[in-house]
Parts: sequence; structure tokens; C-alpha cells
Amino acid sequence: MAHSAMAVDPHNLRTFDMEQNGHVGPPPKRIVTGYGFWIFLLSDMVMFACFFAAYAVLVGQTAGGPAGAELFDLQNVAIETGCLLLSSFTCGLASIAASARAKLPFQLAMAITCLLGLVFLALELKEFSGLVARGAGPSRSAFLSAFFTLVGCHGLHVGAGILWLLTMMAQVIAKGFRADIQRRIMCFALFWHALDIIWVAVFSVVYLLGAGA
Amino acid sequence: MSDGLNERIAPDIAPGDEGEGNVGRRVLGYVAGLGLAILLTATSFFIAGTNLVWQPSIPVAIIVLAIAQMGVHLVFFLHITTGPDNTNNVMALAFGVLIVILVIGGSLWIMSHLNQNMMPMGEIMQMQR
Repeated sequence: MAHSAMAVDPHNLRTFDMEQNGHVGPPPKRIVTGYGFWIFLLSDMVMFACFFAAYAVLVGQTAGGPAGAELFDLQNVAIETGCLLLSSFTCGLASIAASARAKLPFQLAMAITCLLGLVFLALELKEFSGLVARGAGPSRSAFLSAFFTLVGCHGLHVGAGILWLLTMMAQVIAKGFRADIQRRIMCFALFWHALDIIWVAVFSVVYLLGAGA
Repeated sequence: MSDGLNERIAPDIAPGDEGEGNVGRRVLGYVAGLGLAILLTATSFFIAGTNLVWQPSIPVAIIVLAIAQMGVHLVFFLHITTGPDNTNNVMALAFGVLIVILVIGGSLWIMSHLNQNMMPMGEIMQMQR
């Protein structure tokens, strides 16, 4: 008997069962998923760190072209920042609504989050097209290449986040608050909050330091 | 072995998850985070455009405010805390921060030395003619 039990469970994993003897077993799927996504987000931040390093190295290499102080419109940046900050807040409200299984508040908070994200993207696109129209496109100087890569990469993340957000709204309508949908909502909320953290670095390092220098 | 093995250990918390708490308290947490974040953002935008502060201190102040705001976001929005059930999340974060510091600090350090020690680009172009 003992021998066959060994064969089925050679590493004695069965004994790591909380219900049986108080040992902590493998963590629930929600924790594993969240932790894995957290590690992805950290690697995403490492990628942004590389873009930030490139930007910081190239910020002075304007090749005779315009520098940040002439290009940046801080009022526009302040509105963008407000949008993203508020959207992070409403995203938090949406995840509370999701855990309370309240469908209408969830959809409402997600819709506001989506709207604020779209306003942010529209303002950023307006800024980019304005820069290109003034002859300050990404091909003008190393500084502008680094600027468009860094800020544009964040903008792409926000765009992808909005697509994910709409997917989550549709999935909650179609499938309700199932356990797997709840995990996806948690990962989306993590993603959206992490984007806001990266934006804090962008507006501080790129816009505020750039406009002052 | 210690008695600890027989104690029921609280399960870990996924990043982004809060522990227990009713809806009102959780909303209040987000409101507190939003308030602090707005305060820090407004301060940095104010400092960037003012003449009231000693000018050389402004970049340092903006960086410090940005790091503080990232901390606020991590605690109030992502719920990464120092609680015992959050250790794995904090350790992963610490490793991420280490890599970020190495990448940014290392690049700036090396490139500034290269800038100082290398022949200016114009002269290299002259020599290649």
C-alpha cells in the first residue's frame, strides 16, 4: 500500500494540503495569475527603463533642431496627466465593483475609464501631429527620435489597454463575473495602474525637466 | 521543528488584491490615493513653472516628487504593501527596481564618460576625409 502511494505521489505533495493538516499548499490560481502578471509588468517597466535611459542620454543631441523647452506645451500635459490619473481611479472603482459582482457600476466605471483613456490618446496624437507638422518629427534629431519612441511606446500601451478594457466589458456582459473573468479583470487593473506609474515618470522626466532645461 | 508548522498560515495576496474590507473602506482607499497623487502632481507642475524656489533644486525636487507619487500609486492602487502576505510581490518589485536603476544609472554613467573621453564627432569626420 505504502509503495503504491509513493508511486502516485512521489514527492509527497498530497500532504501539502491546508484542509488536512494546516500546511500551505499550492496557492490559489488567482494568486499565481496575479503574480505572473506582476512579473510581466515589472519586465515591461525594465523595457521602459531602457527607453528612459536612451532618452536621458540623447536629450541634448538636438542636431541644431528644437529642444524640449521650445516644443512642450505643459498645459496639454497637465490635462493628459489629469485624465490618466482619474482613469486610474475609476479603474480602481471598477475592480471594486467586479469583486462586489455589481454589473452596472462595473460597466459604468469601465466606460468612464475608457473615455478618459481615449481623451488622453487624442491629446497625445494631437501633440504628435503638431510636432510633425512643425518639422519636429522623429527624424529631425536623436533627441526627437528618443522622445517619440518613449512617449509613443507609452501611448501604444494605453491604446492596447483600451482594447483590453473593451474586451473585458464585453466578456462581463457575455459571461458574467466568472472566476476566470475576475482574474482577467484583476490583470487589466494591474496593467492600467502600471501605465499610470510609467506616465508619472514620463511627465516628470520628459516634460517637466525638459521644459525647465 | 518549531510550532510554526502547525499554525494556519494566512494565504498570500495577489498583486492588486486587497485583503478583506467592505466596499466603503476600499473606495476610501482609492480616494486617499487619488488625493495624494493629485497633491504630488500639482506640486511638481507648480515647482516646474515657478520662480519662488531656488532654481538648481527644481530638477531634484521633481524627481523626488515623481518617486513619491510612484510609491503612492504602488500602495494605494496596486496594493503592494509591506505586509507578511505580500513578500513575494515586494521581492519581485525590488528586483525590478534594481534592474531599472542599473539600466538607467549605468547608461548615464558610461555615456557621460564616453562623452568626456571621446574625440568630438566633428574632428573624427575631418580625419576620415
